[in-house]
This record gives sequence, C-alpha cells and structure tokens, in this order.
Amino acid sequence: MKKSKSLLLMIALVLVIGTVLAGCGGNKANNGNAAATNAPGNEGSTNTGTATGDEKLAADQTLRVNLTSEPPTFDPAQAQDSQANTVLKTMYEGLTRMNDETGQAEPGIAEKWDISADGLVYTFHLRDAQWSNGDPVEAADFVRGWKIVLDPNTNPTAPYAYQLYYLKNAEEYYTKKVTDFSQVGVKAVDAKTLEVTLKSPTPYFLGLLSFYTYYPVHKSIEGNPKWATNKDTMITNGAFTLTEWTTGQAIQVTKNEKYWDAASIKLSKIDFSIVNSGATELLSYKNGELDRAGNPNGEIPSEQLPIVKKELPNEFVSKGIAATYYYYFNTTEKPFSNVKIRKALTMAINRQALIDNITLGGQLPAFGLVPPGIAGVDGEYRNTVKDSYFTEDVEQAKSLLAEGLKEEGLTALPPVDLSYNTSENHKKIALAIADMWKNNLGITVNTVNQEWAVFIDNRQSQNYQIARAGWTADYNDPMTFLDMFVTGGGNNDAGYANPEYDKLIKDAKTNSDLAKRQEDFAAAEKMLIQDDMVIMPIYYYTNNSLTKEYLKGVTLDFSGAVDFTRGYLLEH
Amino acid sequence: MGMVRYVANKFFYMLVSLFVLVSATFFLMKAIPGDPFTSEKKVPPEIKARLYEQYGLDKPLYHQYFKYLGEIAQGDLGVSMKRLNQDVTHLIGQTFSASLKLGVVAIIVSVIVGVILGMLAALYHRKFIDSAAMVLAVLGIAVPSFVVASLLQYVFAYKFHMFPVSGFKGPMYYFLPVAALSAQPIAFIARLTRSSMLEVLHADYIKTAKAKGLSWFAILSRHVLRNGILPIVTYMGPMTANIVTGSVVIEQIFGIGGIGKQFVEAIGVRDYTVIMGITIFYGILLMVARFITDIAYVLIDPRIKLTGGKEG
Repeated sequence: MKKSKSLLLMIALVLVIGTVLAGCGGNKANNGNAAATNAPGNEGSTNTGTATGDEKLAADQTLRVNLTSEPPTFDPAQAQDSQANTVLKTMYEGLTRMNDETGQAEPGIAEKWDISADGLVYTFHLRDAQWSNGDPVEAADFVRGWKIVLDPNTNPTAPYAYQLYYLKNAEEYYTKKVTDFSQVGVKAVDAKTLEVTLKSPTPYFLGLLSFYTYYPVHKSIEGNPKWATNKDTMITNGAFTLTEWTTGQAIQVTKNEKYWDAASIKLSKIDFSIVNSGATELLSYKNGELDRAGNPNGEIPSEQLPIVKKELPNEFVSKGIAATYYYYFNTTEKPFSNVKIRKALTMAINRQALIDNITLGGQLPAFGLVPPGIAGVDGEYRNTVKDSYFTEDVEQAKSLLAEGLKEEGLTALPPVDLSYNTSENHKKIALAIADMWKNNLGITVNTVNQEWAVFIDNRQSQNYQIARAGWTADYNDPMTFLDMFVTGGGNNDAGYANPEYDKLIKDAKTNSDLAKRQEDFAAAEKMLIQDDMVIMPIYYYTNNSLTKEYLKGVTLDFSGAVDFTRGYLLEH
Repeated sequence: MGMVRYVANKFFYMLVSLFVLVSATFFLMKAIPGDPFTSEKKVPPEIKARLYEQYGLDKPLYHQYFKYLGEIAQGDLGVSMKRLNQDVTHLIGQTFSASLKLGVVAIIVSVIVGVILGMLAALYHRKFIDSAAMVLAVLGIAVPSFVVASLLQYVFAYKFHMFPVSGFKGPMYYFLPVAALSAQPIAFIARLTRSSMLEVLHADYIKTAKAKGLSWFAILSRHVLRNGILPIVTYMGPMTANIVTGSVVIEQIFGIGGIGKQFVEAIGVRDYTVIMGITIFYGILLMVARFITDIAYVLIDPRIKLTGGKEG
C-alpha cells in the first residue's frame, strides 16, 4: 500500500513539474515562433506596400470564418440574434444597406426614395433586381414579408414584430384592433414602387430598413412554413445563397450570380464553421484554418488579447461599437432606492484600471449611457453631448455614502448582492468592482453567479440588488438606449419611474425638429445619470478581431455588425 | 423460453424507467426559471402572449404534461422552440450522426489498444512493459479529458501541423478527438484486462492446458482471452453509451457539432422540446446498451443464468 502511494505521489509530482516545464517551454517556443513568423510577415507587408496598385486576387476566393453559435433560423421574420444577422446579411438585401463608414443608410434594393414634408410618407423606387432564381424583386415581395411579420396568425409568430411598429396601424394590426391589412402603412403602388406610411416621424427609419425584419421574401414560401430550414427552398435576393447547412457543424453560402451588384462581389464562397470556444477559434486562425477571428461573429479569449496584440500587430483590430456595459441598481428597494448611495458606488470605482487590467480589450470608460458611434444632429451624438455627468472621486463618494446612510437611518451598508450571468469576463469584472468598493468604501459585496436564463428572469422581475447589463444599439439613434428607461418600459429593469423623463422621451418620439429632439435626449440622459444615477455606466464596448493581411474589404458597422459581402482575398 | 421471458421482463422495466425519466425531466425542466422566450431584449407582452399560446405554454402544467405524453406515445418529438420550424428528430439525427461516427471509431480504438496493452502488461507481469503500461493507464484515468484534448490540439495541430485544429470534414479530422475520447477507456480497459488476465493465468485450468501440451497461442486465445475479457464486456455497455452520447467538452474543443453540445445548448436556452427529445433518446440508448451487454454476457459465459438473476 505504502509503496503504491508513494508511486502515485511521484507520478503526480512528475506531472505537475512536467506541466510547468511544458508551459514554460511552450511559451518560449511560442515567442520564438512569433518572431520567426512575424519577420517574413512584415517583409510581406512592406513588399505589398511598395507594389501598391496591383493587388493580385487569390485564385480561391473562399472566405473561412467562425460563428460562436448556430443561427437558430434563416427566416428573416423569425430571426432575432446577431449570428443570424451575420449570415442573413450575406443572403438578403433590404430597401437600404447600412454604410459602414458613415453609419447611415444608402440605396439597396431601393434605388432612390422621396420623403413627404411631414416625414411620414416614404416612396421607394426599386431597382431592377432579381431573386436567386431569376424572378424580379418587386414591391409586393416587401409587402409579403412585412405582412408575415405583423400577422398575429403567423405560426410561430414573429418575435420581432414590434420592430415594424413604426408603420401606421402596424401595432393595431398585430393586436387585432385593425383586421384589414390594407390599413397598415405599406402598399405596393406598382411592381417597382413601394409606399410606406409611418405612425410618427422617425429620423432613423431609413437605417431600420437595412435590418433583417424588413427583408423581402420570395413568393414561393407561401404555404410552406418550413421553407427556411431547407437550402433548396431558400430563394434569396442578396449577394450569396445558402448552399450547405449541417446542423451544429457548418454553413456555406455561395455567390449569387443573379444579385444586382454581382460585379462587386469577389468572394465565391463563405464557409462558416460553428465553434463556441474562443481558444479553439484562435488556434484555428493561427493555424491558417480561418481567415478572420474574433468579434462580432467569433471570439478571442480576453486573456489572449494583450498577447495577440503584441504577436500579430498587423492583424489585430480593435474598434469601438455602439454598445454599453453597465450595472443596474434596483431602485425599487432599499438601500438602492437612495440616490446618494447609488452615486457613491458609481463614483468609487476606477474604470480605466478595470479596462487596463481586467477586460484588456481597449474599451472606453463610460460615464453616460449612449455610446460613441451613435448619430446625432451634426455627426456623432457623443461629440456634441459630452458624457461628463460625474467624475470618479473616492472622497466625495465616501461623504455621499455617509449622507445616504444617514437618510436611510443606517450606520453601515448591509452586505450587497452583485449578480451576473455565467461568463468568465463578467465574473472577473464583478470581482474587481466588488474589490474596489470594499477598498474605497468599506462595503461588503457578495458576487452572485447565475445561469443566463435564471439571471435574466431575476433581473426582469427586479429580484436583485445590483445586476450587470449590456445593451447594443438596435438602430443608429440615441433613442435605442434612452427609451429603455421610461416608466414601465419592457427593458427598464431598474424599475425607474420619472414622469419628467417619460415626457422628454415622448416629445423626442413625436418631434420632427432634429435639434430640439437632441436637446430632449441630452436632458433625459442627464436626468438618468447625473441626477438620478439609475445605472452605473462602466465601459463602451469594442469589437476585437484578427484579420489575415490578405483579407480585405470586410467591414463593421456602427453597431458592430459585420458585412462580409464585399470582402476579397489577395494572393498569399 | 427463458430467453423470451427474460427479454419481455427487461423490456417492461425499460418502459417504466423511461416513463419515470420523462416525467422527472419534464417537471424539473419546467421548474427552472426562464423559458424559451426569455431574452435580454424583452419582447412586448402581446407578442409573448401569442408565443405562449402557440406553443401551449399558457396552459396549466398538467395539461402540457399529458399533451406531451400523448405526443411522444405517437412517436412525435415535436418541433424545436428555439430553432424555429426544425423537427427535433431532424436535429437529433444530424447531431447524433457526428457523435456516433466519432464514438464508434473511439470505441474500436479503445478496445483494441486497451486489450493489447492489458495483455502485454499481464504477460510481462512485473517487468518493464507492465510498469510502463500501468503508468500510462494511471495517467489516462487521472488526467481529465479536456486537458488531454487541449494538449493534443496544441501539440499535433498547432505545433506540428499534422492535423486540423477543429472541424469535422474528413478522415484527418478524426485523429485528435478520437485520441482524446479514448484515452480514459483505453486506460480503464487496460487495467481491467490486466487484472482479470492475471487471475486467469494462475487458474488451474490454464495449468491443465499447459500440461496437456497446448501451444501458448492456443491457450491464450482459447482460454485466457475468452475468460479474461468478461469484465470488459461489462464495461463496454456503459462505455458505449457514454462515448456515443457525445462528450460536450471534446466536441466544444474540437468544434464538432455533436449531440452533447446540442443538449447543453438546448438547456441553456430552455428549448423544451429539444431537451425532452434528447433526454428520451439518451435514455433509450443507455437502456439498449445495457440490454445488449446483458445478452452478450450470457452468450460468452454460459454459467450466467437468465432467470432469477437480478439486474447488476
């Protein structure tokens, strides 16, 4: 017995030492390799730098990228996630397309449009575009698609039906207050003219039209609810068509020669693998099995970010996107019903230190809710309306906390629960912030890890004290962030209720004077953060990705959605 | 006669177990917070109400339960609630085919390599080969499969470029996941084979066989192996079910869209019909594997009687 025990101990020791040694060796080898591969890489890039102009296309124009999860559906009416968006964008085109540089809509299937003086009626003139089977794309195809979305009898019903509530009588039709679809604000005037009437002026409506819920659908889908589960019944109007789909394994789209702008499409195929491990994705990329890795469709493990930044400086890109990471306070319950206590906590953390040491992705410290990249009246909203709503100040935080506690009749803050959904990153951030609060304010924080659906369920029913949240823009307007916090709003998990705030948002929703609208937004955001501190802003997100130097033309829009259609591969 | 009664008996117990499994899973699943339509961006109440209505989630729990029982009694596993309009049977079929292909290769490799290692160790008892094989076996059992998988991936795919890092598109894609999947069973089988063979080698009938002047090869194949392999047959049942149902960790690391990954994802998004479908599928698979093991046992060792034996 004794002998075998000591033998086991020996083996364990050998293993541990072996692992440590292997780790060191691996690192060294790694660095060596990086240096070795870097040198020719750099040479290569300077070579192409001198030989500008004649970019030689690679013979095989197959782009290989990864998806961290499989799109649940390719039916534009049923889609509701970013992975479906990534793939659908390659297969469909709406009336407009999102220009990735300006964040504004540009002509897509609609060649041009007229907008009535009151901003309510849009008349779209469609170009001569074709479906992948050669049929012309007509105004009726849009009406068909939108009707399916808004029809309460569609089975299963479209979860994103409310994305079309901007149309006149759309909500009424869904809730069966209006039963005649011709009353809804969309009409095919003739084959090439589509007239859309809105409920109220919506400055960002053209941008919305590039979104998948607004895509047209081909007439062959009628009477076949399962059309989008089979590649053979998917007739699309975009740059690519679906040619392969093995559940859980791989998706492939192939160039659609019938696409109206087929001349600008250089890729012949896009191969999507489906791997939900950041470590595997990064290794595949380094091994040359992927041409691009990272956000938004993939993931690079955060602890690897500083390493790849150093190892692959020419391939690493970090781009700010319109999304904010923040903590909700449950304003409906003590102690966070007290604004001074909320302010104290918000001011007592060091956001830059958090980014430099924990998140490592070059994020921007956030002091407001609306992120940079969201359009305002002149350029970006955030350029005109600064997010200087508060400063990080431990001393002031301490005195605010003391005052707040006094108001609540407390001598010390009882231990606080900070909940987050299971994720390595959320966990690290929560632990770091809890630590900052403990050191700066002397409060005890329990971090509570919850499985995703449990967490969302608790947060939405205000069963929490402090909870993490992240919000990505649905469309390019401050409204997508600010209308969350109206009283009783579906996503107002803080339980915030302020009639003045509601009025500002309501005014902005009906106002067609853009300057006045922006003033309302600025006033609302100031109320939300500076005065009432309903949430604790932490950082504005970045998309971090690696792109091989031979891959060009892949773009990200303001919200971080990726467009592969105009990509191309150089000889390598 | 005995065989028929035995099989009928087993079959009845399998049905009962399946019923208990289905019921328990159904109620446990409904007990966890959240539902298929829980999302960070909340859908408006009228749309949520419509979705509930269409999927029958607005009905009382017992109603949903009996409706589901009725459906599965007719062999209908329903349609996924998250992967819209996709049949659960189709999802299971597609993802299971990947797990099955991988699993079958892994089982064959495990048995062949495991038995050979164990035999060598037994024949060269207390010699170098024995120690080496047993150190390997201890390592195989002790090191978690995700460590083995990551290590194999790093060394053989990334460092030496011998195999692809991830995916499942052809023969080359099998090597690393199969090696990672079979590491533990190989170790287990090797140890089992070794100990049972050592026992057999010292048995009287082997001495008799030797005394009769039988050749070593004949003794080994006809007597030693046949008797020594029994414990492995016992282990084969659960192992087969285990490997074939897909290892979530291995599938994730190597980016293989198997049924294990599918199951975990379905639980994460509360895709009720898929959770139930895969649970039932797993249940049947496990029971059938056990059943076949029992039958195989009887065929190999006539000493084991069919009747009167309890499930072991």
